[in-house]
Amino acid sequence: MSDHESTYVPKTGIEKWLDSRLPIIRFGADYMALPTPRNLNYWYTFGGILMLCLVIQIVTGIVLAMHYVPNTEMAFASVERIMRDVNGGWLIRYVHANGASMFFIAVYLHMLRGLYYGSYKAPREIIWILGCVIFFLMIATAFLGYVLPWGQMSFWGAEVITNLIGAVPVVGEPLLIWLRGGPAIDNATLNRFFSLHYLLPFVIFGVVVLHLWALHTSGQNNPAGVLIPKERTAKDTLPFHPYFTVKDGFAIILFLILFALFVFYMPNALGHADNYIPANPLVTPAHIVPEWYMLPFYAILRAIPDKFGGVLAMFGAIGVLFVIPWLDTSRVRSMRYRPTMKVFFVIFVIVGLGLGWCGAQLPDAQVVPGMPSFMLLDGQLNSYLWLTRLLTAYYFAFFLIIMPWVGLKETPLPVPASVSEPVLDGGIPEKKG
Amino acid sequence: MTIQNGTPSTVFKIVASAVAALSLVAVAAPAGAAGGEAKHPRSGGFSFEGPFGTFDQAQLQRGYKVYREVCAACHGMDLMSFRNLGQPGGPFYDSHFKGGPADNPYVRVLAAEVQVADIDSETGEPIMRPATPADRFPNPYANATAAAGANGGAAPPDLSVMAKARHDGANYIYSLLSGYVPAPEGLQIAPGQYYNPYMAGDLSPFWTGDPDHVPSGGFIAMPNPLADGQVTYDDGSPQTVDQYSKDVAAFIAWASDPHATERKRTGMGVLAFLFIFAGLTYASYRRIWKGIAH
Repeated sequence: MSDHESTYVPKTGIEKWLDSRLPIIRFGADYMALPTPRNLNYWYTFGGILMLCLVIQIVTGIVLAMHYVPNTEMAFASVERIMRDVNGGWLIRYVHANGASMFFIAVYLHMLRGLYYGSYKAPREIIWILGCVIFFLMIATAFLGYVLPWGQMSFWGAEVITNLIGAVPVVGEPLLIWLRGGPAIDNATLNRFFSLHYLLPFVIFGVVVLHLWALHTSGQNNPAGVLIPKERTAKDTLPFHPYFTVKDGFAIILFLILFALFVFYMPNALGHADNYIPANPLVTPAHIVPEWYMLPFYAILRAIPDKFGGVLAMFGAIGVLFVIPWLDTSRVRSMRYRPTMKVFFVIFVIVGLGLGWCGAQLPDAQVVPGMPSFMLLDGQLNSYLWLTRLLTAYYFAFFLIIMPWVGLKETPLPVPASVSEPVLDGGIPEKKG
Repeated sequence: MTIQNGTPSTVFKIVASAVAALSLVAVAAPAGAAGGEAKHPRSGGFSFEGPFGTFDQAQLQRGYKVYREVCAACHGMDLMSFRNLGQPGGPFYDSHFKGGPADNPYVRVLAAEVQVADIDSETGEPIMRPATPADRFPNPYANATAAAGANGGAAPPDLSVMAKARHDGANYIYSLLSGYVPAPEGLQIAPGQYYNPYMAGDLSPFWTGDPDHVPSGGFIAMPNPLADGQVTYDDGSPQTVDQYSKDVAAFIAWASDPHATERKRTGMGVLAFLFIFAGLTYASYRRIWKGIAH
């Protein structure tokens, strides 16, 4: 797929002149003609949606940075000034704030799609790893950005998260001071967070370029999870344009409708009311919670009784994603043909949502109100603490135990020999493996 | 056996997105209620609720009057300028005055009723002068320490964005202000504290009654600020605590999000455009993919 013949023929003089010096039109034309598996479904549209999300965040962010003041005395008021006095500022700021949530909705669905269809398996390990790098950078960027309005949740979220660094043995304390730019979260912290929040999206953009480069080198995966041999390219693929530009375009518009519903009708639904209270280092909010997209990882952090252990588990929950290509022992990519794994996958999705739910609750609160329970080690069994621990155990077991074990033990369904076979050749799949 | 195509339908995708969105709201919502067993706010039945709701200008004017005559004695609204009162959607907006808020005589008179601190341009001495539309609402205290000192240690919070800073903001403000009731028997109240069932908090350490029936609500340092007949309304609206609370809650809701009406109206256009665009794109999609097996 990658080494498809270039079909671009320069017609005019200037195109010929340019093509022999900087073949940029050829690059674009070849991109548009890229052979794409014809069986891609709507779950495959999130890549394009994510690209749009990144562009929206960068464009709105640059405009916001023209008006934002990274100073502890003025940051909160400057954000409100954007909302009140800057022309269209309320729109730009709400798009940026909700855009972060939309970005994470799309990235989680994109990652689950990759997980379901085995998009991380050879020869696409690098695409997956670069995707994990992007995800990690997105979390860092979102965290830094959430600090900038300098509300109560900004300040105390920064306090909680930077404190985690202090849990690192030996170097924790100096590292914490270095990161904050002082012994406490203050103006120096806000300034560097603003600087890094502006920088990281461009780093993300760079990694996205690598992600796409790797994608176009090894070729796109597809719902059948079968490789497309060169001799079948013509049968199994369609040019990217117009077939997938129109399909992606339709999905993008549906996504924008969801986006618009939040921006115009519930712009603060995904945020926390406390972040409209200016940061006050002397008043701790009753309940410090991160944004919804960090809640599963926050829950994992709190599930571990030891602070540094919690930090390791939280980073481990993201770190384990990097090695999935080598944890999955199955010869079949797509879970469409892996009925056993499919069940574990559905449980995994529910567990992920459950962890998010737990992350928003107080650990001591009862899961089933009023149900009598007993103390188990350091907490009541009927508490979010123990539910979180149960879900955390499944989260890690899914990757570290279930994935290698089921891959070896299960008997997959017959996999079609090619992408187009089920749709073009009468639908009688060859036995494989 | 046959292999299913497995392409999720468009409907499925929309439903999946909607479920995702709703679950996000559900996850985000309980966090706002945490921190105490406060009573759930009553509905103020506000005109600005819902996707088509707009502010009731008469109500905003009454609400400003309540703020100016009652709340402003202790609460600042540092983000508000007098000119905001005359901007489109504001309490005193009038399209007759082409020069904008500064040209609006109501705004000029309302501003001039308030004295603000300034520096005499000739002598450099601190002076007080009547405000202009360009001035911000003056804060009743010189600084936060003075505000706390004058109020038993609890500085009255700024009200500029109060409706966004509390869960279910407008209803919460309305319920809190109109919800003062005598403290239940058995509740130990420290001097300078008052009981309010809508205030967040945990009263169990101060409750001497049945531990299974700790009263809802919390302590608030603000005494009941409103009484029937306290503010004179010129439009015949009832001069009751309930009406005052509703009106000032509406005013604060507008001040917290002054472009809310414009936002909803813009949203209608954006959504209409997106739905038409989606329809056209889907038609193109069907046409381009016609006869293509996939």
